[in-house]
Amino acid sequence: MPKHELILLKNMMQPGYTGSLPDYEKTGGYQALRTTLGKIAPADVTAMVKNSGLRGRGGAGFPTGVKWGFLPKDYHGPRYLCCNADESEPGTFKDRQLMERDPHQVLEGIVLACYAIGAETAYIYIRGEMVLGSQILDHAIAEARAAGYIGRNILGTGVHVDVWVHRGAGAYICGEETALLESLEGKRGLPRIKPPFPATHGLYNKPTVVNNVETLANLPHIIRRGPEWFAAIGSPPKSTGTRVFCVSGHVKRPGNYEVPMGVTVRELVYEHAGGMRSDKPIKAFIPGGASAPFLTPAHLDVKLDFEHVAAAGSMLGSGGVTVMEEGTSMVWAALRLMEFFYHESCGKCSPCREGSSWLVQTLRRILAKRGRMQDLETLLDLCKNIAGRTVCAFGDAEVAPIQSTLKYWRQEYVDLIREAEAANLIKLEPVGRG
Amino acid sequence: MTFSEKYKDEITDILSRYPVKRSALIPLLYVAQRDHGYVTEAAMQEIAALLRLTPPQVYETITFYTMFHLKPVGKFHLQVCKSLMCALVGSDTVIGWIATKLGIAPGETTADGLFSLSAVECLAACGTGPMMQINDDYYEQLTEDKLDQILSDLRSTGTSSLKSGPFMWPGATPAERACEA
Repeated sequence: MPKHELILLKNMMQPGYTGSLPDYEKTGGYQALRTTLGKIAPADVTAMVKNSGLRGRGGAGFPTGVKWGFLPKDYHGPRYLCCNADESEPGTFKDRQLMERDPHQVLEGIVLACYAIGAETAYIYIRGEMVLGSQILDHAIAEARAAGYIGRNILGTGVHVDVWVHRGAGAYICGEETALLESLEGKRGLPRIKPPFPATHGLYNKPTVVNNVETLANLPHIIRRGPEWFAAIGSPPKSTGTRVFCVSGHVKRPGNYEVPMGVTVRELVYEHAGGMRSDKPIKAFIPGGASAPFLTPAHLDVKLDFEHVAAAGSMLGSGGVTVMEEGTSMVWAALRLMEFFYHESCGKCSPCREGSSWLVQTLRRILAKRGRMQDLETLLDLCKNIAGRTVCAFGDAEVAPIQSTLKYWRQEYVDLIREAEAANLIKLEPVGRG
Repeated sequence: MTFSEKYKDEITDILSRYPVKRSALIPLLYVAQRDHGYVTEAAMQEIAALLRLTPPQVYETITFYTMFHLKPVGKFHLQVCKSLMCALVGSDTVIGWIATKLGIAPGETTADGLFSLSAVECLAACGTGPMMQINDDYYEQLTEDKLDQILSDLRSTGTSSLKSGPFMWPGATPAERACEA
């Protein structure tokens, strides 16, 4: 059993817990909703979330209460909440567990968020491939609606919140909040230029909040147990609460582990995930999903919170920790991630659309031992011309694997190119003699 | 019977969820795909009329998303994740097994039209790789024995008990999980 208290995964770790409405209610589920709706002012709910220090769990880590505070106060038309369940970041699989194993925890968070921001409609934008997750959510919504927790006049408080599941159709970029809104409007999921931000011009051009599944699942607990309780967990003051880290790669027990923010990768791998699969030392790890730069064994004791990981040159991102053992080719690893980004680039911005193709081609050539030494400069030059030059953060994300592997394992690239050069010299010899 | 007559109630229900009709596009395309196994041109035209869109507006949307098919695929669409996290635990080997057992490469369909194979990017099951999705279902922690069983189940009954239920627990090793299953 873990040394610390679980928050989000607690219920589902109880034997026999099915995630049904009666099960959820038995664990204190929907109590936060009962004590909040019509009893605490929406502005006070926002203040509680602000005071808890909760930051978005989707990748960017923006303070949730502050985000809600950006909605215009003098606007009386419709507002929307979108639950971002388009979990597609390689290395990340926590939202799937939260939705499939304890859907009501997410739904209660959604209704509380809607109440705080004054939205009467929420859409759960779930990635299209997660058919089971969408069916479980649909069922849970029906249960909650029948019990009066969702719908018109919730528990007689005069609050209306409707929740709908909307399946995406297979596009990583739709996890980006403005691309998600475009997709929800029935269009290609191309990110919008910001500003204006969704807080003022979101879904159907109306004030909108987009929050990640894990972020919303934290809300019932913050409200039930108080912002001070939440703010004391983890690495206060800037990284509070727990985090569901998704551990994958060469570990014995890959899976989701909920730990207070601030634990180290060493602890996560060796105390929770059972250590390395073949007991080889760690060669590299990604601390926050495919968009986060690779780190080395020298960073194993870096605290996994927003500031410390950023100071180490990477990012906490979506919490996807992928661990690679000694012997893994880092050029190959960079190529595998690059192929993902190449496939998923939405094509709106030329630097990303064209650049990702060039990056993949160059990496493939180096790995096929047909590289040239100047390719390394070309790679870095391409990265420099992609990052920061696109509408969304996808451009910054796609250069992370290349820049970080070139920084820490440049010699592996050089060795492959040297082999290519040697092979070419031999091939050219007969021509020289002739 | 036309698409809109056949699924009248379902279409009405979907349309009721959105204040703007176009939002119903992806849900309606799913209904059309379920009907035929792929989205036919006739269905696209009908959906365009239903949502007051032009056919190109429907086409531009449908071609952006990987989950819609514009031509028939096999009865069972095997999509193996090939992203880094699954590749670290052997997804290339899984693709090799399937290619050998079915005699098809990624992007191809067996002659009997039963199986199509695709190598796809991340499916958010990195902790339980190597994995694949077959139609609506996930199959995780694949081994060669499991794969043989799945293919044989699909051939004989059209479904397999090895498909994943709600998310697997962390903590157990792959071998322990296989025993639990």
